[in-house]
Amino acid sequence: MSIKVPANGGSNSPERERLEKRIAQLCRFIGRSPWVFHINSGSCNGCDIEIIAALTPRYDAERFGVKLVGSPRHADILLVTGPVTNQSLERVKLVYEQTPEPKMVIAVGACPTGGSVFYESPFTNAPLDNVIPVDVYVPGCPPRPEAILHGVVLALEKLAKILKGETPGGDGYE
Amino acid sequence: MTKVEYWVKMPFGPIHPGLEEPEKFILTLDGERIVDVDVKLGYNLRGIQWIAFRRNYIQIMYLAERMCGICSFSHNHTYTRAVEEAGGIEVPERAEYIRVIIGELERIHSHLLNLGVLAHDIGYDTLLHLTWLAREKVMDTLEAIAGNRVNYSMVTIGGVRRDIDGKKRRIILDMIKYYREVFPGIEDAFLHDPTIEARFRDTAIISKRVAMEQGAVGPTGRGSGIRDDARWSERLGVYPDLGIKPVMPQDVTGERPRGDVFDRMAVRIGELWGSLELIENALDAMPDGKIKTFPKDNILVAKLKLLVDGEGIGRYEAPRGELVHYVRGKKGSDKPLRWKPREPTFPNLFAVAEGVKGDQVADFVVAVASIDPCLSCTDRVAVVQDGKKKILTEKDLLRESIRKTREINSNIKGDPTPVGSSCSR
Repeated sequence: MSIKVPANGGSNSPERERLEKRIAQLCRFIGRSPWVFHINSGSCNGCDIEIIAALTPRYDAERFGVKLVGSPRHADILLVTGPVTNQSLERVKLVYEQTPEPKMVIAVGACPTGGSVFYESPFTNAPLDNVIPVDVYVPGCPPRPEAILHGVVLALEKLAKILKGETPGGDGYE
Repeated sequence: MTKVEYWVKMPFGPIHPGLEEPEKFILTLDGERIVDVDVKLGYNLRGIQWIAFRRNYIQIMYLAERMCGICSFSHNHTYTRAVEEAGGIEVPERAEYIRVIIGELERIHSHLLNLGVLAHDIGYDTLLHLTWLAREKVMDTLEAIAGNRVNYSMVTIGGVRRDIDGKKRRIILDMIKYYREVFPGIEDAFLHDPTIEARFRDTAIISKRVAMEQGAVGPTGRGSGIRDDARWSERLGVYPDLGIKPVMPQDVTGERPRGDVFDRMAVRIGELWGSLELIENALDAMPDGKIKTFPKDNILVAKLKLLVDGEGIGRYEAPRGELVHYVRGKKGSDKPLRWKPREPTFPNLFAVAEGVKGDQVADFVVAVASIDPCLSCTDRVAVVQDGKKKILTEKDLLRESIRKTREINSNIKGDPTPVGSSCSR
């Protein structure tokens, strides 16, 4: 599914409105707003600024209560960017373990999805799937803020299914 | 009687909500006061130079762009300049003007981003949202011109990829009109707000002496009173024709530079206005003509194989400071033998680590954000020997660098033993 916004417009496309409605519905079903924690595992800042752009007024995910929190212990969703460098490998695992269940992991950008231009580097451990279980991939270098919001919707839908008992919870590796 | 001091060592980072990127500081605290700062780097090491040994000149352009997502144009542009110097490639004049326009658009987006982050770090989220809302306009403009919000891929060796035609010109003029209305509000909020003044004034003072010693560049250096701007001192491209001059804090605040967080922020606000003027001048002065020396990439690859012989250095004032790329090539090879970028954050980080000593620990996040750190550019060197940590003294490093210079250029003659006194670090 592609999400399009005119190059210099601020108007809401029907696609975006549908997306926003879906987030609101899912938040109501889950009973709380998802809080996200952002892990930078050696990213180039491109995806990171797009994540913050998704939270600030143009895209404004904060009106659904989607908030960037300072501790993984408060988070429902982990946004991981970067090709998981050797030094940050242990830290990513540690942060994943600190996050309470049920948790969703979103790999934002081309680097955690497949390594991007750094695929042959000996210092990176991409894709992220080798390190921690990933629920949603958002490809793009960097993905647009709409794409990140779409990824959050997909993660919330999965979370709703787990809460309903349709799919087994946890990381599926047990 | 000796005074007993209770010092505490506190790790800060690597994954910390106040820091955008993984970086680690070990603070030595005496109560709330910072006594010493130890900087630990390397969490962002992706081995870019290692990868570059396996890529040709064209492929490295994309790699250089992805070193940092915020100053992606700067890296690409500086690398391109280095290759052009090594190969003696002439750039069409229109392409130089388009490079100026994209570079200044990037500067606006980077400075607005940093102003928002600074406000966020003191808990003033209203200003974060205000500046980031204003920033969306320049992102839209960049997207309309280049087709992507972050990695623009506008520059190629010997010119630019895309032209700025009448429609894009109107979009840029529209953006300038928008910012002429919006910037006074942002400037007023940052320069005259008592909350901001209370937190930013006299925080993390980097004196001119420390800035000179540590080699601070960009807004960090200018905030401390060093009149330097690579666009101005290097007389880069067409910048002298457009009336470039370094923005000093006294031009914005009207007071003598003190080298604190407020001055660095004031320089950024002054540069926002300067960039708007440069874009306007460049749009007016832009001549007609072609935008690329080599129209096709396959011709470019073949030409570079023949042309590039020797070394080239590219210098550019990235939003964070002076950026230098070094390229050395050999005739007959489509890969550079050596490609070495030098980033502005590296000296700035040590300058601020020096400047923050004696301040409250609560000011540390603001102090680090005030140099606009870009660790993804900086982390490049890994020294691992048998899994042991090895500390190299300054003499060792000097000897190593002389050895490396010999290796890449055997023509340089001189005494390889290190001489002279050491620097304070």
